[in-house]
Amino acid sequence: MAHETGSLSEATALSRKRRAAEKRYRLYGLVAISIGLLMLVILIGTILSKGLTAFQQTFITLEIELIESKLDKKGNRDINEIKKVSTFGYAPLTKKSFEKLFSAYNLNTALSPKKASKILSKSAASDLRKFVLNDTSVIGKTISFEFLTNSWIDGYLKGRINREDIQNNKNVSTEQLDLVDELVKLGIVEKKFNLSFLLGSDASDMRPEAAGFGVSMVGSFYMMLVVLLLSLPVGVAASIYLEEFAPRNWITDIIEVNISNLAAVPSIVFGILGLAVFINFMHLPQSAPFVGGMVLTLMTLPTIIISTRASLKSVPPSIRDAALGVGASKMQTVFHHVLPLAAPGILTGTIIGLAQALGETAPLLLIGMIGYIATNMPSTLLEGLASPNSAMPAQIYEWAKRSDPAFYERAWGGIIILLVFLITMNTLAVILRRRFERRW
Amino acid sequence: MEDEVKISARGVRVYYEDKQAIKNVDVKIQDKTVTAFIGPSGCGKSTFLRCLNRMNDTISICRVEGEILIDGQNIYHPDVDPVQLRAKVGMVFQKPNPFPKSIYDNVAYGPRIHGLFESKSDLDEIVKMALLRAALWEEVKDRLSEPGTGLSGGQQQRLCIARAIATRPEVLLMDEPCSALDPIATAQIEELIADLKENFCVVIVTHSMQQAARVSDKTAFFHLGDLVEYGDTEDLFVKPADPRTESYISGKIG
Repeated sequence: MAHETGSLSEATALSRKRRAAEKRYRLYGLVAISIGLLMLVILIGTILSKGLTAFQQTFITLEIELIESKLDKKGNRDINEIKKVSTFGYAPLTKKSFEKLFSAYNLNTALSPKKASKILSKSAASDLRKFVLNDTSVIGKTISFEFLTNSWIDGYLKGRINREDIQNNKNVSTEQLDLVDELVKLGIVEKKFNLSFLLGSDASDMRPEAAGFGVSMVGSFYMMLVVLLLSLPVGVAASIYLEEFAPRNWITDIIEVNISNLAAVPSIVFGILGLAVFINFMHLPQSAPFVGGMVLTLMTLPTIIISTRASLKSVPPSIRDAALGVGASKMQTVFHHVLPLAAPGILTGTIIGLAQALGETAPLLLIGMIGYIATNMPSTLLEGLASPNSAMPAQIYEWAKRSDPAFYERAWGGIIILLVFLITMNTLAVILRRRFERRW
Repeated sequence: MEDEVKISARGVRVYYEDKQAIKNVDVKIQDKTVTAFIGPSGCGKSTFLRCLNRMNDTISICRVEGEILIDGQNIYHPDVDPVQLRAKVGMVFQKPNPFPKSIYDNVAYGPRIHGLFESKSDLDEIVKMALLRAALWEEVKDRLSEPGTGLSGGQQQRLCIARAIATRPEVLLMDEPCSALDPIATAQIEELIADLKENFCVVIVTHSMQQAARVSDKTAFFHLGDLVEYGDTEDLFVKPADPRTESYISGKIG
C-alpha cells in the first residue's frame, strides 16, 4: 500500500490514533506512580504519627524520703541486709511522698494518698529499689526521684485516652486525671524523652510504660553478626566455586536450580527446619540469637549466592583472559582480579540480604525468639549469642498482639527504629556500590 | 634469519563439541621471526593461535587432538602445566585489556606471580625494560601510578604488550592486536612488532592482508579450518600456490 501523500505535519487517522495511544499510556503510568507515592506517604505518615510518641514518656518527679528504719533496719549498710527488703517495702514510701506533695502544694483532691500513688507505674517501687541498691549512701536522705506514670496517665497526656472513655475503667479515675492536670501545671508531671525505650527490655502485660526496645535491638545485632560471619564466607566461597571452578554438568545444573528455588522458599519453612534440626535434633538452646542467626543464614545464603554469582559473571571475560595470558593460575586469576572487581556487587548483595534477614519475623517465632523473653542486656559476647533473647521484628509482633493500646504505640515506635536500620543499611549498600564501582 | 624451529604442530584438530574448527594442521614456526595467520572470519586462525598457549582449555566444550611441540616438548602432554606454559608463551588480545590497576602494577603483575625479581629495584628495572621495549616508557614514565585503563587505546595495547613481555616469554602470540585501534596506533604497534622479533618468536593473527604483508616474514593462510598454504610472506602474496589463497588475497572470498 502506498503512503498517503501530503504534509508531514498533517495528522492522519493512523497518526492520531498512535498519538492518542501514547498519551493514554503516559497517563496510566502517571496514575500508577501517583498511587504508589500516595501509599508511601500514607504509610510513612501513619508510622510516624503513631510511633513517634513512643519515644516520649510521662514522668513524675517526687520528693522521696528513704527512711532508714524501713530500708536498712540495722543501719549498717550491709548490702545483703538491704536486699532483703522487697519492693513491697518500698511501696509505702511513695504513698508518703504523695502525702507530702499534697500538703506542700496545698492540693485540693478527693483522692487518698494511696489512691493517688496509683498513677505511678507498677514498676515504680522496683525502680526505686534498684536505684537504692545501686547506691546505698542515699538511705536516710530525701531525694528527688523521677517515676514513670502508668500507661493510662501517659495515654491521657498524649491524647490517646479521653475522660469519656474511662467511665468504667478500673485502672484510672477522673479524680486521678484531675490531679494529673494540677501536677502538669506545677511542672511535676511532664513528658520527656524516653531513653529506656531505646535501652530497656520488654515489660510484662501490666506495665507497657516500662517496655523498651533496646534488648531486642541487641538480640538482632548478635543475630546479624552470626548471619554475616556465616553467610558471607560460605556464600562467597560457594559462588566462586560454582561460577569459576565447577564443571558444567547436570549436577551443577541441579544445584543451580535449587539455589534459585531456595531463595523463593517462604521464611517460615526455614523456621520449621531450624526448629527440627537445630533445636529438636541437635538440642541447641531455644531462643538463642546464634540459633536464630543460623536459621536466618540458611535463608540469606541463596540471596548472597545469587547476587555474588551475578557480580562474578559481570566481570568481563577479557580480564580473566588477561590474567591467564600472563600465566596466572585459575585461583590467582579469581582472587587477584575477578573477586576485587566483583566485590562492590558482593557487598551490596550481602547488605541487602542482611537487611532482609533483619526484618524477618516468622522463623524466629518458631525457634522461640519472641518478645518478653530477655529482661537484661547481655553483658558478654557469649551471653549475647547464647542467652535467650528476642529480635526487633519479633518484639514488634509481640507488642502488636497485646491488648493494651499502650503496647500498640510501642509497636509503631519499634517499627520506626527497624525502618531506620533498614534504610541505613540500604543507603550504605548504595553508597558502597557507588564508591567502589570501577570502570573497565 | 635463523632457521631454528620454535613451534611445531602435528596433526592438530580442534573440535567445539561436534563441530570441527581445525582440520589436521601441520606447521613449523621459526624462532625470531614474525609469522602471520590470515584468513576469512571463522577460518580457525584465532582458534589455532589459542592452542599454542592452551587458552582453549578455558572453553569447556573445546577439544584439541594432535601434538604441538614447543622446543621439542609436547605442550598437550598431560604432565605439562598450562600455567607454566603461558608464562613462556605470552599473549596479547584483540581488545586492549589492561587490569584496572596502575600502569606499574599491570606490568609488574607477571613478574610478581612468577617471582622473577629479587628486590624492589629489580622489579622497577623489569617494568622499565618492558615498557621501553613496548615503546611506551617515554609516554608513561611520569605517571606509572595512574590507572592503566586511563590510557588511550593504542597506549593500552602497548601496555598489554609490555605486560606480556615483562614475564620474559619466548613466544609472543598476538590475536588481531590492532583491530580495535586507529591507523596511527596501528602503525606504532606494527613498528613495535618488527622490533620484538629480535627477541621473541612472534605469531600474529590478522584479518588485514596488508598488515600481514607489512609485518610478517612467514604467512599461513587458513580457510574453513584448513591450513591452505604456508610459506614466506613475499612468495605467498606474489605467487600463491593454491587457488583459494589467490582468490582470498585478490579479494574474491572472505
